[in-house]
Amino acid sequence: MNRLMLNKTILILSTLAAVIGVGFLFWILITLSYKGIMAIHWTTFTHDLVEGGIRNLLVGQFTMAILASVIAVPVGMMAGIYLREYGHGSKLAAVIRNLSDVMMSAPSIVIGVFVFAILVDPFGGYNGFAGIAALAIMMIPIIISTTDNMLGLVPQELREAGIALGGSKHKIILQVVIKAAKVGIMTGILLSFARIIGETAPLLFTSANNQFFTMNLTEQFPSLTVSIYNLATYPDAPSRDLAWAASFILTVIVLIINLFGRFVVRNKK
Amino acid sequence: MENVVMEVKDFSFVYPGAEKPSLKKITLPVEENKITAMIGPSGCGKSTLLRSMNRIHDLYPGNTYEGEINLYHRDGTKENILKLKKENDFIRLRQEVGMIFQKPTPFPMSIFDNVAYGLRLAGIKNKSELQDRVEAALKGAAIWKETKDRLGESALGMSGGQQQRLCIARAVALKPRVLLFDEPTSALDPISTGAIEELISELKSEVSVVIVTHNMQQASRLSDYTAFMYLGELIEYDKTETIFLNPSEKLTEDYITGRFG
Repeated sequence: MNRLMLNKTILILSTLAAVIGVGFLFWILITLSYKGIMAIHWTTFTHDLVEGGIRNLLVGQFTMAILASVIAVPVGMMAGIYLREYGHGSKLAAVIRNLSDVMMSAPSIVIGVFVFAILVDPFGGYNGFAGIAALAIMMIPIIISTTDNMLGLVPQELREAGIALGGSKHKIILQVVIKAAKVGIMTGILLSFARIIGETAPLLFTSANNQFFTMNLTEQFPSLTVSIYNLATYPDAPSRDLAWAASFILTVIVLIINLFGRFVVRNKK
Repeated sequence: MENVVMEVKDFSFVYPGAEKPSLKKITLPVEENKITAMIGPSGCGKSTLLRSMNRIHDLYPGNTYEGEINLYHRDGTKENILKLKKENDFIRLRQEVGMIFQKPTPFPMSIFDNVAYGLRLAGIKNKSELQDRVEAALKGAAIWKETKDRLGESALGMSGGQQQRLCIARAVALKPRVLLFDEPTSALDPISTGAIEELISELKSEVSVVIVTHNMQQASRLSDYTAFMYLGELIEYDKTETIFLNPSEKLTEDYITGRFG
């Protein structure tokens, strides 16, 4: 009897906990969707921030995230290849792997402060390059870790088979091993992109924000997330509505990238 | 020594960090166009010896070699492969001495590209030559009929037995002098095993074969010569018939009759 009671109690408690957790998630999503959709107008996408739209913010956010990926993906992948294929078992590799894991959990505001000190302060002001650098620094450890882990899943026999056919190590890595790990690495890249596209803290005092459309990375650069942060604190209703709209759009973007990442995995495995 | 393609001489091998050598003073010939089987209980060193014969061990640094492993080239010259140091020499060696693994190892690319991969590594770029040699290799590995209409499809979609024959085709395409088989059928079903065995015996008109196997029936069915190894030592080497019917060592007889191992 006692055991049955205990079983029931724990079942009820854990169900309740799940409902509470998921409840908050839905609360957030419903509020966000309701307020966001209500605030969206077609001019939201065609006008810049200065005229009450987010066109320049979307372009700016994506520009920075894409350029950050252009830096982080090759650097991260090459470092991951070093860790798994060349440095395996060496002390240096173990140290780098640990540091990279620490970097992955470093608070993003700390990365922002660091980039402020080396790329903003000495150059006399906020600029787009600093934002890109901050995002790339966030992204690199994630890419390193995914590449490292995904290469680790490639069976050793495949490397040996390539070597046994008369391949040199670097050719086998580039032409066989990476190909075998391609899906996993691509998913990792997508997910890390989804992660940095929604970051605010690393941009707050690196690229800051710009109300106008610009592609000039030497000046303050428009950012969707920083704008949400700013707009939400303004007292006037139109600003707040725009913040809701922007938040909703950002959520949808991140959701789509995540779903696409999962879709790629499911289809290739 | 006219018909010997490779010869292992007083060969000892120590893994990094190991106290005792895994192979002790092995001396063993590999006869040309014959099948040599290496049998023995797990840990006897047969795989280690096989993997020394194309220096695949060198992927992992720190091994110690002693003695000689000589490869006789087609022009009659002799080369001690333990002396090789440069990557280019290793590549040349592995084109002469190919290897098939326990698990099939198709590359994540099309069937055609799998077979052409080694050829491209060897520097063959001419398209029609590639096509001819891939076709010849697939025919040589008795898998042409099954694959000729799906050369562009991924090799990963084939069955295990087909994948293993593809791997053999890939190795054969390079026209090696010696092919090393490391338990090539232990991951396959009986029917695929039969097909692979048949293929290996057909191959010996073109290459010399060394095969490591746990399966004594396989060794007796397939091979012309058999080497029995135990605890890193070569106990007995002779014609397969002699080893199985009239071994001179007590240990060999005990192993073959299933008294241990």
